[in-house]
Amino acid sequence: MNVVSLIVMSFGLFFLAVTVIGLIRLPGFFARVHAVSKSETLGLALVFTGLMIHEGMTLVSLKYALIIMFVSLANPVGAHVLTRAAVRTGILPLHLQRSTPRANEQPDQQGEPR
Amino acid sequence: MTEFSATAGLLIAFMFGLSYRLIRGPRVYNRLLAAGAIGTFAIVLLAVMGYLFERPDMFVDLALTYALLNFIGTVAVAKYLENHPEEREPGQPGEPPEGIAG
Repeated sequence: MNVVSLIVMSFGLFFLAVTVIGLIRLPGFFARVHAVSKSETLGLALVFTGLMIHEGMTLVSLKYALIIMFVSLANPVGAHVLTRAAVRTGILPLHLQRSTPRANEQPDQQGEPR
Repeated sequence: MTEFSATAGLLIAFMFGLSYRLIRGPRVYNRLLAAGAIGTFAIVLLAVMGYLFERPDMFVDLALTYALLNFIGTVAVAKYLENHPEEREPGQPGEPPEGIAG
């Protein structure tokens, strides 16, 4: 396997690991959306770029490029739709949760921030 | 081949890590976010598995299809939750305060 493609895929896997850590550890829904929507897209694009370097100039490589293009358009749009739905249905950011008394009336069962 | 096996194993471990947020919640939006992230990881896993089975030309089509379905699924469920307040989980704070909705 080509060394360059291995390095690029390793960078992609690093960003995917950052996605996992961010989704598990970050407080609040909006911080998690922030972690997922960006680093996940970049990690997927880097892994597929590594696969394209490994594959060379073939039809499979072109389809990898199509996946990269589609995901880098669709993933931010999906995150935005999800965040807009959350905002419109009353999920508050963390600093507003602490200062708004209505948000403090109903804490989560796990005691975790929304 | 070893690199692809290691990558596939690492991706499966990542998906188990993401399923923590899928199970734990704490709300339907967090679960939906984790489900979408698992779907995106599955796209990468499918493309890598193509080299394990030595059929990347077939598996790349599966990955492309999964990318389309993943996006449509996330957007559909998010739009449904936005328009149907009765389907939300109990304990939600209700309408957003002034200046937040938009």
